[in-house]
Amino acid sequence: MNKGYEAVIGLEVHVELKTKTKIFCSCTTEFGGSPNTHVCPVCLGLPGVLPVINEKVVEFGVRTGLALNAKVPNYSKFDRKNYYYPDLTKNFQTSQFDLPICEHGFLDIEVDGIVKRIGITRAHMEEDAGKLVHSGKTISSSYSSNVDYNRVGVPLLEIVSDPDLRSSEEAKEYVDSLRRILTYIDISDCKMEEGSIRADANVSVRKIGASEFGIRTETKNLNSLKALQKAIEYEIERQIEVLEDGGVIEQETRTWDDEQGITLAMRSKADAHDYRYFPEPDLPPIILSDEYIEEVRASLPELPESRKKRLIEADGLSDYDANLIIADRHLADYYDQVRKEISDGKLIVNYLMGDYYRELGEAGLSFVTSPVKPEAFIELLQLILDKTISGKIAKEIIPIMIKEVKSPKSIVEEKGLVQISDSSELEGMILEVISNNPKAVEDYRAGKGNSIGFLVGQVMKASKGKANPALVNELLKKHLC
Amino acid sequence: MSKIREINTKLNSKEISAVELTTIYLDNLEKTSSIIGSYISTTKKEALAKAKMVDAQIAKGEEIGLLAGVPMGIKDNISTTGIETTCGSKILAGYKPIYNATVVERLYAAGGIILGKCNMDEFAMGSSNENSAYGIVKNPWDLTRVPGGSSGGSAATVAAREVVFSLGSDTGGSIRQPAGFCGVVGMKPTYGRVSRYGLIAYASSLDQIGPMANSVEDCAIVHDIISGYDRLDSTSANMKATSTLAALTKDIKGLKIGIPKEYFQGDEKVLATIRKALAKYEELGAIVEETSLPNTEYALAAYYIIASAEASSNLARFDGVRYGARDGSKKDVTEMMSGTRDKFFGQEVKKRIMIGTYALSSGYYDAYYLKALKARTILKRDFDQAFAKYDVLITPIAPTLPFKLGENIKDSITMYLGDICTVTINLVGIPGITIPCGFADGLPVGMQILGKPFSEELLFNVAHSFEQNTNYNSFKPEVAINE
Ligand SMILES: [Zn+2]
Repeated sequence: MNKGYEAVIGLEVHVELKTKTKIFCSCTTEFGGSPNTHVCPVCLGLPGVLPVINEKVVEFGVRTGLALNAKVPNYSKFDRKNYYYPDLTKNFQTSQFDLPICEHGFLDIEVDGIVKRIGITRAHMEEDAGKLVHSGKTISSSYSSNVDYNRVGVPLLEIVSDPDLRSSEEAKEYVDSLRRILTYIDISDCKMEEGSIRADANVSVRKIGASEFGIRTETKNLNSLKALQKAIEYEIERQIEVLEDGGVIEQETRTWDDEQGITLAMRSKADAHDYRYFPEPDLPPIILSDEYIEEVRASLPELPESRKKRLIEADGLSDYDANLIIADRHLADYYDQVRKEISDGKLIVNYLMGDYYRELGEAGLSFVTSPVKPEAFIELLQLILDKTISGKIAKEIIPIMIKEVKSPKSIVEEKGLVQISDSSELEGMILEVISNNPKAVEDYRAGKGNSIGFLVGQVMKASKGKANPALVNELLKKHLC
Repeated sequence: MSKIREINTKLNSKEISAVELTTIYLDNLEKTSSIIGSYISTTKKEALAKAKMVDAQIAKGEEIGLLAGVPMGIKDNISTTGIETTCGSKILAGYKPIYNATVVERLYAAGGIILGKCNMDEFAMGSSNENSAYGIVKNPWDLTRVPGGSSGGSAATVAAREVVFSLGSDTGGSIRQPAGFCGVVGMKPTYGRVSRYGLIAYASSLDQIGPMANSVEDCAIVHDIISGYDRLDSTSANMKATSTLAALTKDIKGLKIGIPKEYFQGDEKVLATIRKALAKYEELGAIVEETSLPNTEYALAAYYIIASAEASSNLARFDGVRYGARDGSKKDVTEMMSGTRDKFFGQEVKKRIMIGTYALSSGYYDAYYLKALKARTILKRDFDQAFAKYDVLITPIAPTLPFKLGENIKDSITMYLGDICTVTINLVGIPGITIPCGFADGLPVGMQILGKPFSEELLFNVAHSFEQNTNYNSFKPEVAINE
């Protein structure tokens, strides 16, 4: 398949920052809204206006830099990237060129159990552009286009990786890890469907063992992880084929056509823009003190990788379970809160990711929107641990906790679900089950050990699930021997 | 009645109403501006409405500020809500801003009466006001000569007593040089002293708004109102407001004046007038010494590269998509954008956009733009060294007297060389004031006083003491009607 080639991939990920207001004015960043309603003279680039930096954007840039193990310099600045396009209001984009908010970081990803360190070249702040709304399907088939400037000035962070990725799986894992970190540090929603995170892929191939890079292409318009993976795979195969046929790779920008499942040439290097970057004269440089940077560092939450390590090493969770918990910052925080009171991590995971997760799904809720507070969940697990209720009863209680938003204790009391752990109370039921099931009793006595399970089940049924199953087991054995 | 305090007294004593005063000014402005060409648009309706508000205040017995009821002209690159703001360009024909520049907000709040938008070189690019798409401006002292530029309208209208003061903008001398050519006082404050919010940018790192008037005191009054921190301009200096007006009483005994020899080249008549003025300063107790700003020769090139580079980007937004003129003959958006720019930008603007685009292009950036930035740093050092020894520096405002209309317009190099005395000041960001210091061949000669960053109080005082001991600002051109 790969004919002795390996792929070299670097990703440029654009992340929309979840600040309340735009990067250079006080307009809302809210998604939607009628066209051209979230605008003001500044983001419309009217003659004479000046930008004022939203300090939150800088803070988010610093958070990201620190979370990605990058250097955050004390001095950085904005530059103008000049090009003409009607979705820009000034015909330049205010961005960062040679002195970005952070540089030289890394991110560890794990593919097939192997951890790999991916370098982060840099991350820089910039403003988003507007949206062209064509009358037809494409610009060339349209007789007119309108432009909506609501998105102009929404803050973006462009995170550029080193060319360290070698496969589409690694690329996917990289975006996934990045997304997880960014949601952990709460700077973006990272919703690919809403475009709040977008990726461009730089792909080249070379013979295995070669030290030089091949000529690369840049593929844009990757709106989902699936598209990212498919586009990279397509590009790798296409490039190998071209080279095997004795051709050369054109350095060009390509676009992913999701319907056809192929990449298409968009712009060759010769047509590439000369952006004529120069320092933005309307914005003073960004000067960050060491104290400020340390303050931001101190405010960062524990990041996914370190949490995972803790869950495995301190709580004894499996790699699989730990991955489930850290996948979502809210879930991980929830787990940690419960874990403060309940020392058995495995028990927490079993209930959190088992019945509770399933019931949430059925109720159309998620961990974030669930009404069940960690305190209630702790109470539930404590009832199980002190044997007040059985696991079976816990399963009954969970949906009620979600639907009626009641504490487990009050549900147990209301419905009289307390587990029967008093052997005298159970004796009668056990004797009745023994006399009613002579076949099973005979089987057991004949050495078929597993028929005891059936008998336990019968007792549980008779007790309406309230019997303590361990105790039932013990009493049955006593009576049958 | 063309000084601020005079008007204030007469309004307060009800000798005249603001509406009456405004009407007189509007009538006279109509007569003379048609000769001089000082305005692109006049704002009679707004002026009378604002004058009525001042009269209402006076009628209620409220105390009015010094600027209340005072007629003013605003350069046409400063945004005024609902009032056409063209920058002297066809590309902005019909464009009415939806917001006021910060300086306009402050002047309105102080009760200033806007009479119109002053003519200017297109996008403030020019030194003779011959680049306006709305006609040339003539020097009120000699109608065959240029008023200077780019704030030619703002200077001429003050010289012709059509208004009491005006606002100009100065990117490479655009306030100071026309002030000198028209015999009025013009101040370019320190970069960052006055908010640029609403000033349609030519070169963002050099542009600064400033006042022009017939006396140092009037200029100081306006300066104090328009200056000060503005959160809408990130380059505006966040420092305590100063009262240059209050500083006007100080004497200048012992003041150390440096005379940079590199600036004393050109028309001997101009230089002789300046030397006479310097002798006056010595008479007043100042110490005058020759000094040097050795790297002056790099200033012009650095200026034209930096200003054009920034302009090429600042002017990119004028593309016919959102406002202003549009070339409607094109079917395709890209063609429409370039067609609009080709059709509605003037020759000088196109030239500077091309220079700037070239200077920023990959492969040329280091050789031009980066080198120009280095020159800027070297020039700053020159001035730091000079100001370590001297309180102020004094130079001519231009190497020549106001030249004839049409004389230099075909010769860019001669025109650009005329900016030799002014552009460096913008590159280093310091304040500079021009005051009339005499006449030669019946034409005014302007003297430029320069100081350290944020030394406006000192500059106004140095200018004031000269003015108080001479009478050059009591002359007015024949064309002027108002006293
Ligand atoms: Zn806005």
